[in-house]
This record gives sequence, structure tokens and C-alpha cells, in this order.
Amino acid sequence: MAFTLYCLLQTAILCVNAVAVLHEERFLSKFGFGVEQGVAGFGDDPGVKAQVLTLIRSVRTVMRGSNEILID
Amino acid sequence: MRQIKGDLWPITSPQRTSKQQEPNMRLRSPVDGLQGSQLFEDTSGAAHGLHRGNQQAGPQAAGLSSQSILSDPMSNMALAYGSSLASQGREMVDKNLDRFIPISKMKYYFAVDTVYVGKKLGLLVFPYMHENWEVSYQKDTPVAPRFDVNAPDLYIPAMGFITYVLVAGLALGTQNRFSPELLGVQASSALVWLIMEVLAVLLSLYLVTVNTDLTTIDLLAFSGYKYVGMIVGVVAGLLFGRPAYYLALLWCCAAIFVFMIRTLRLKLLSEAAAEGRLVRGTRNQLRMYLTMSIAAAQPVFMYWLTYHLVR
Repeated sequence: MAFTLYCLLQTAILCVNAVAVLHEERFLSKFGFGVEQGVAGFGDDPGVKAQVLTLIRSVRTVMRGSNEILID
Repeated sequence: MRQIKGDLWPITSPQRTSKQQEPNMRLRSPVDGLQGSQLFEDTSGAAHGLHRGNQQAGPQAAGLSSQSILSDPMSNMALAYGSSLASQGREMVDKNLDRFIPISKMKYYFAVDTVYVGKKLGLLVFPYMHENWEVSYQKDTPVAPRFDVNAPDLYIPAMGFITYVLVAGLALGTQNRFSPELLGVQASSALVWLIMEVLAVLLSLYLVTVNTDLTTIDLLAFSGYKYVGMIVGVVAGLLFGRPAYYLALLWCCAAIFVFMIRTLRLKLLSEAAAEGRLVRGTRNQLRMYLTMSIAAAQPVFMYWLTYHLVR
């Protein structure tokens, strides 16, 4: 109950780190992520799942550094 | 303080200490005044006449110091250079601060007046009679809160937050549990919950791909409106005991729930659904659930943040 701002910062860092280290083959493909499955098109209804995948992918790209090649 | 001004204000007797504090204060006021404007902008000797009003008690010593400092042309130039450097620094700070906290946008949210605050507070506690919930626009920009009751503002949430911290301290004091650190703990705890709530709402808005013109600051404002209900509940609990706390909190929770639903309905839902017609489709359903959950989270937070204050 007695949260501090530092606690919030720690939580944020840990959550972002958790999203960044999700492994594709072992974990995400079970949810239909797939390494080749991109955004299916720019229709007006991407759906929650596509948005989640986009979010995970963008967090991973940002956290892993722009000069690293994502070896899929 | 006396050490710095030792050469200017020789201390003659202890009885004059209080009188000397004032001249010290007045001499120091142009030195570390607001924004340093008086020090940095008036560097010529003639402008020291403008400071006469501030230095009634010590013109001689100040005149001596100003003459000795400014008669030297090198230090004149140094003062001019220093002033230009300071103004450059101030510009840079303003520009960079504007990047993180959009100051011009914030001014919109604080453009309130007493009538608006009164009406908005009444609306937060009794939203059932209000009919028109739309925000009026003026050539694509929303009208300032002063002219439109439905516009979100940051004045009430900010004041509500501070009042909540103070009332929490008061409530803890009546239970003999108060210590000054607890004020800081309460404040940071409430702030953390607020930030988490705003982040959660932002995340869910992103996931549901709602095309809305709700900005982050709008969400901050809407999340801050619940402090009014919390304060009402806690004050009622302090004055009349626990049953009054529960009654007042129940009333305010229902009021905030209705307020949030009616306000967010126009912003999040599509046109047809906002008018009340039943529209099928997963997307509209998701938006409906999102609105409901945002509105339902408010009473939960209200109870969570106040139940430990009223025993």
C-alpha cells in the first residue's frame, strides 16, 4: 500500500525488461506470434492481439538496440 | 547570513538584530529575487535608482558597494556578459522544459474561474441532472474550461490531490497515528496509484485502437476528479463517524461512476453508440467494456485510498 515513486520506477523497469526478454520460439509462437507473421494489413480493425504483438515487437526492438540485427 | 554581509552591516548590538534582519532581507531581495530579473537585467549604475524602493534602510552601504563594483569598466563588461549568459541559459531551460512538460498546453487546463470550479464540483457530486455533456469547440480547438463546464481541467485535480493529502494527515492525526513522514508517504502513494491508473488507461486505449482526441493530460484530469469524492467521504467520516463515511463514499462513488461514463461515452464510443443506440460488433463492444472498466476503477480506487483513514 505504501508505494513510493522509486518502487514505481523499479516496477516499470522490470516490466519493460520482462517484455524485452520474451523468447520467440519457445514462448511467443505458442500464442500465434510466429516469426514471419507480420501485421496482416492496415485494415481498420487490427484487433487486440495484433496490437499486443506490435507492442511486444516494438519494445523488443527499442530495448535491444537499433544496431543489433534480430536473428530470428 | 551575517558572515556574507559582514563588511556591509557591522553588528553593533544584539538588540538591533531583528531590525537588521529586515535590511538584510531587503538588500538580499534583489540578489536572489524571483528569476534574478532584477539582478541580471539592470546592470548599469543608473538603474540602481530603481532599486531605491527596495533598499530604504540601507542606501549608504548599497551605494558604496554599487559604486565600487560598477565603476570598473572590466567588471561592467563582466556583468553584461554574465547577464546575457544568464538569459541564454534561461531560454535554454525554458525550451527544454517545454519539451517534457508542455507549458503552453498546461495553461489551457488551468484557465478556470470560480464559477466553473463551483459548477464542476457540483457536477462531480451530482451529475444526474446535467444534460449536455459535449465539449464545445471553437474552430477545432477546444474552448477553455472557463467557458465550458464539460471541458477537463487540471486545477480541481491538483487542488484535490493536495487537499486529500492534508485531510489524510488530519484523519491520521485524529487516530494518533500521525507523523510528518506519513504525509509524504500518503502523497507519493496516491501519486503512484494515479500514474499507474493513467498508464493502464493509456495502454488499454492503445490496445483497443480507439481513435480519440483524449490526450494524456485529459486522462490525468479525469483520473484526478475522484479526489473530490474521496475528500467528501473522509470529511464526512471524520465529522459523523463510520456510517457517514460509507454513505458519503457510496454516494460519491455512484456520482463519479455516472460522471465518467457520461463523459467518456462521447469521447471513446463511436457516434451511433454514444447516442444510445445498440450497436453490435466486437469493436464497439470492446469500447463499451473499456469505458465501463475505466469508470468502475474509480470507485475501487476511491475506497482503496481512503478506507484506512477512517476507523
